[in-house]
Amino acid sequence: MEPARRQSVADVALEAGNVAVDASRAHALNGLRSWDNVYRWLTRLAAIGVLAILGGVIVSLFIGSLPALREFGFSFLTEQRWNPVTEKFGALAPVYGTVVTSFIAMLIAVPVGLMIAVFLTELCPMVLRRPIGIAIELLAGIPSIIYGIWGLFVFAPFLQETLQPALITIFGNVPVLSALFEGPPYGIGVLTASLVLAIMVLPFITSISRDVFEAVPPVLKEAAYGIGCTTWEVVRYVVLPYARVGVIGGVMLGLGRALGETMAVTFVIGNAHKISSSIIAPGTTISATIANEFTEAVGDLYTSSLIALGLILFVITFFVLAAARYMLMRIERRIG
Amino acid sequence: MASSLAMPSRYAARRRRNFVAMGLSMTATAFGLGWLVLILGVLLWEGFSGLSLRVFTEMTPPPGSAGGLLNPIFGSLVLTILAVIIGTPIGILAGTYMAEYGRHDRLTSVVRFINDILLSAPSIVVGLFIYEVMVYPMGHFSGLAGSVALAVIVMPVVVRTTEDMLNLVPNQLREAAAALGMPRAYIIARVCYKAAQAGMITGVLLAIARISGETAPLLFTALNHQFWSTDLFGPMSSLPVVIFQFALSPYKDWQQLAWTGALIITFTVLALSIGARALSARK
Repeated sequence: MEPARRQSVADVALEAGNVAVDASRAHALNGLRSWDNVYRWLTRLAAIGVLAILGGVIVSLFIGSLPALREFGFSFLTEQRWNPVTEKFGALAPVYGTVVTSFIAMLIAVPVGLMIAVFLTELCPMVLRRPIGIAIELLAGIPSIIYGIWGLFVFAPFLQETLQPALITIFGNVPVLSALFEGPPYGIGVLTASLVLAIMVLPFITSISRDVFEAVPPVLKEAAYGIGCTTWEVVRYVVLPYARVGVIGGVMLGLGRALGETMAVTFVIGNAHKISSSIIAPGTTISATIANEFTEAVGDLYTSSLIALGLILFVITFFVLAAARYMLMRIERRIG
Repeated sequence: MASSLAMPSRYAARRRRNFVAMGLSMTATAFGLGWLVLILGVLLWEGFSGLSLRVFTEMTPPPGSAGGLLNPIFGSLVLTILAVIIGTPIGILAGTYMAEYGRHDRLTSVVRFINDILLSAPSIVVGLFIYEVMVYPMGHFSGLAGSVALAVIVMPVVVRTTEDMLNLVPNQLREAAAALGMPRAYIIARVCYKAAQAGMITGVLLAIARISGETAPLLFTALNHQFWSTDLFGPMSSLPVVIFQFALSPYKDWQQLAWTGALIITFTVLALSIGARALSARK
């Protein structure tokens, strides 16, 4: 009797203890579970926040530009005038400047960048490959204001004394081209801005095309070399076709940078709201106009017109960058 | 006979073309690197000729007199630190969602696409955005608005690296932790973050490198301040904006300070990116 009772007391005590442990364990587990839920929702919220920022940019720029769009309507895009005194604004000159400077910059930077990538992947001695590659990536990280200040103090005076007078005398008597190089050599202007932009986007284009070239399976290249192709033929008929989509993606990424670039251009473009047939004349771009005039803009219509310019810039670059990402995504998927 | 004559000439032509193309590619490399070396050379020359202790101990001078860059250096530090404090947690959380909770869902692929676009969106547009949502409603320019603008630039960089680095963490680690009964949030915090630590810090360093030279988003958010100011709700000086203003001024002293400031920024950026590289290589 006695031992049995003691047994049952122990049992009861044990059971009570078990219940207590169960309860506290359940409590702890619930706590963990709710923390997990909180964290899941927190991270989800942050991810949605990224989308919200993009939405916020578009919406706020749109609202900010409404007064200008309402006042000028579609003519905002087609008019060249930019007169803060009479409050008549049109975006044509900055849009034109943005497109032309980026176009000339890409015209120079794309072939040079691709050729450097060819050098790095096919010709460069192995010892030098890494140092040059790292140097190019470091240069891609140098802030654009450095390129701007160099362009203003060193490059523009240099062009004013050498390249521009040369271009003017060479093309002065050529029928169509003379219009491109008309006017006095100011140093600053559309051409200077384009050249500075070209130097700036060069590292981007080089480093992306090098990555894309390196992703070409060695077997393909070796097969081509095996049947007696020259290095150039391997590049031209094997590497480039295989890497085409990626290269286009990289070029468009560079174009996106060039279109939106502010500081490198603002220093050397001259800020003239005028479309000139001459590429050595001063001009302006969307970003340079905003950077130069925004803090000094008086009146809602002036500010709103500048914000509308920002909206146009954002829409253009959005599509360029979206296309670039889409193409790079395609090649990433192929590499796996 | 004819064909045997044609063969070598054709071969020679191919070789010639190859020679020309390869020559061009070497010229392009020399040309491209040449410009970049030239820019850095000029920067070092001009920057060092104005570098002295005064730069770090004195305020920006009025035109025509000597001075230093103490207040913009301080302003840049404050703006950058604040931007990292605001931008990094959001970026890490979003990256965590994309790599851990929703690796394969629709939201993740949309966010990844949008994030990649934000990554290279024109920074001046970010400045306009913050002007619209912060400066205009508050009624004045402020250092706080400047750092929020910079945070918008920090965030996509951190999102990208966090996601990439967490994706590299082997699944066995997660499974082992799960088998011990750890809930998801704890696995992420105690196992995944620890494994991806070096890469995530690299991302933050790269983000700092990216914003330390950003000028455009600060022009109409933090604006500029001629004197010492620690008021986050007032305009604040920063190195890039001071460089912009001083370089475009006609005064020799100011232009010299702009070069020196440019040198300081470049060194900071290079040191940060080399540090980030060393960190990710060590792993």
